[in-house]
Amino acid sequence: MPIREIHTDEITGAVDELCQQANYYLQDDVLAALKKARGKEQSPLGQQVLTKIMENADIAAVKQMPLCQDCGTVLIFVELGQDVHITGGDLNSAIEEGVRRGYTDGYLRKSMVHAPFSSRTNTEDNTPPVIYTDIVAGDKMAITVVPKGGGSENMTRFVALTPAQGRQDIIDFVVDAVDKAGSSPCPPIIVGVGIGGTADKAMLLSKKALLRSLGSASGDSDAAELERDLLAEINALGIGPQGLGGTITALAVHVEVFPAHIASLPVAVTLQCHSCRHAKIVL
Amino acid sequence: MRTIEAPLDDKVVGSLRTGDEVAVSGVIYTARDTAHKRMVQALDKGEPLPFDIRGQILYYMGPAPARPGRVIGSAGPTTSGRMDVYTPQLLEAGLKGMIGKGGRSDEVKRAIKNYKAVYLAAIGGAGALIAQSIKSARVIAYDELGAEAVRKLEVVDLPVIVINDIYGGDLYHEGRAKYRRPMHLT
Repeated sequence: MPIREIHTDEITGAVDELCQQANYYLQDDVLAALKKARGKEQSPLGQQVLTKIMENADIAAVKQMPLCQDCGTVLIFVELGQDVHITGGDLNSAIEEGVRRGYTDGYLRKSMVHAPFSSRTNTEDNTPPVIYTDIVAGDKMAITVVPKGGGSENMTRFVALTPAQGRQDIIDFVVDAVDKAGSSPCPPIIVGVGIGGTADKAMLLSKKALLRSLGSASGDSDAAELERDLLAEINALGIGPQGLGGTITALAVHVEVFPAHIASLPVAVTLQCHSCRHAKIVL
Repeated sequence: MRTIEAPLDDKVVGSLRTGDEVAVSGVIYTARDTAHKRMVQALDKGEPLPFDIRGQILYYMGPAPARPGRVIGSAGPTTSGRMDVYTPQLLEAGLKGMIGKGGRSDEVKRAIKNYKAVYLAAIGGAGALIAQSIKSARVIAYDELGAEAVRKLEVVDLPVIVINDIYGGDLYHEGRAKYRRPMHLT
């Protein structure tokens, strides 16, 4: 297999563009889910909120302004083909420079601070991003940019269940996480659930679950059934759009599963606000 | 939809009820986490606040930067709960209204009743839409905080919903109770 070269300038340019695109445009799957939710929502106020959220998406796209003033911590998921050779510099610096340019040139809010438990001084360019790189087969490179807002991220939960516990305990934990979060994570939300692995693996799975096309069922039939049951229970909580009461609290629940140790059943929950922003490119 | 003028007086605050949809026009001020911390530190030291807070509405918001020729970037509310530790002291100092998103602590709800104030919610994640209601924006304090600086805003018909009124109403509580259905999946 010949080695394919990708220059860091190309990576920086792609990340710059993706940061701006992700913040200005909601993807079609998200818009379709919002529209469907408006049709199903029983609360008139909830319907109105959903209409306003869609109007907001129109304005953001036309005026090239961010969907939400919280342009997030930038999560970057890289799938790097093992037959790719990166030239011109190192990968992480190239990505970071892309974030710096995207957030500066795109009039996006800079929300990252240094020394989070002491000085909390702004880094001024929204760097550093949080980067996850997977080495995969092939000679391509896929980059996904996910601006993740602070309000919903603060509602993240983890529990180390024991093997004596199981499906019902997972449902109870996830539903409780959504119930306690209430109006804070900007519902209607998307719920990412990671089950298995270690604590860190479960947490990462719960984030990666958010990358799936919105509302697509898990390929695993048990996980898909768990997704359906969780969605029904969560929407029975009555929280509704923006927490003002209603029948659509979550647009979707995505579950990702990984094998676990004989002693363990780790479960992580990440909540994503309705402004579910992501943009992807394959180089 | 009814329009209310900011700053607020007791008569207007008393006329607002949980669940009312209202449009806010007039002058309001922004403040979020760090600005709250500094204002409360100032009060503790007996120093003046950056503006006369009596009757005012605080908007929990840190905007995105404005493109050239525009007043402001996206400008939606942040989660109000993080301001709860500071809010009773500001209400005591005369603050009359707050715009944010998400529920408040019991202590804040009690202070809202005691000091006769109102808590309003704007739609979180609708920052581009809300920015259309902001006609001018000027940083008046803590400039070095960037997005977190205190801004004086002139707004016209900023759409909000009354969450907590002076009568103890709480729309998050009431709205949820109305649509909550018991479920027992096994």
